[in-house]
Amino acid sequence: MLDLALKISLTLVMLAIVLNTFRLTIGPSLPDRILALDTMYVNSIALIVLLGLWLNTKTYFEAAVLIAMLGFIGTVAVCKYLLRGDIIE
Amino acid sequence: MTTFVILEGIISLLLIAGGAFAFIGSLGMAHLRDFYMRLHGPTKATTMGIGCMLVASMLYFGVINHEPVVQEMLITLFLFITAPVSAHLLAKTGLHLKLPHADKTRGRPAELQPEEVGDKPVPHPTPDHAHITHEQRPLRR
Repeated sequence: MLDLALKISLTLVMLAIVLNTFRLTIGPSLPDRILALDTMYVNSIALIVLLGLWLNTKTYFEAAVLIAMLGFIGTVAVCKYLLRGDIIE
Repeated sequence: MTTFVILEGIISLLLIAGGAFAFIGSLGMAHLRDFYMRLHGPTKATTMGIGCMLVASMLYFGVINHEPVVQEMLITLFLFITAPVSAHLLAKTGLHLKLPHADKTRGRPAELQPEEVGDKPVPHPTPDHAHITHEQRPLRR
């Protein structure tokens, strides 16, 4: 039962990443692309968690922690650049 | 034995719910018409989805495998703290860049400049000082 649920969940997350790539490609404005990239970070964290459940190991969860921290910092930096024209004033 | 079967059912349900929520959030972001509408999907549904998946992973590794769940707690903490902050910044960026909104979007949001937030907040694009540039505005120091 867990294998089937894991396969369904992996398929759904992969479809979500495909939709994010679509929005990242065609996004009409710059904040759309930033939003797509931010969502892609979250979906890649979900993918890493599912990979850890699939392989029954917690080795890759540090990578998920790093993505969670650095993705937020990247989003804030790009938003700050678009808002103020500079990152560190 | 029965406990593990019930636990496996709960974990499977949480995994499928997490995947469905993540997919619905990304579908909303890909499908909706307007940046202000598109902002709703990833900030709520995707956060909920990854929360479900992390709870499933906590149950699996913590109860079945008897391993510590420090990393899941850290990921949950970071994501649930940073998702509203990044959504707020993205909304501010969209307002600052004056992105077009669809007719269906209710409300006409206006950006508040930090120079104008004194005792009472004044919405920014008022007709009498919309033409004043940033340099001409008097500094309040």
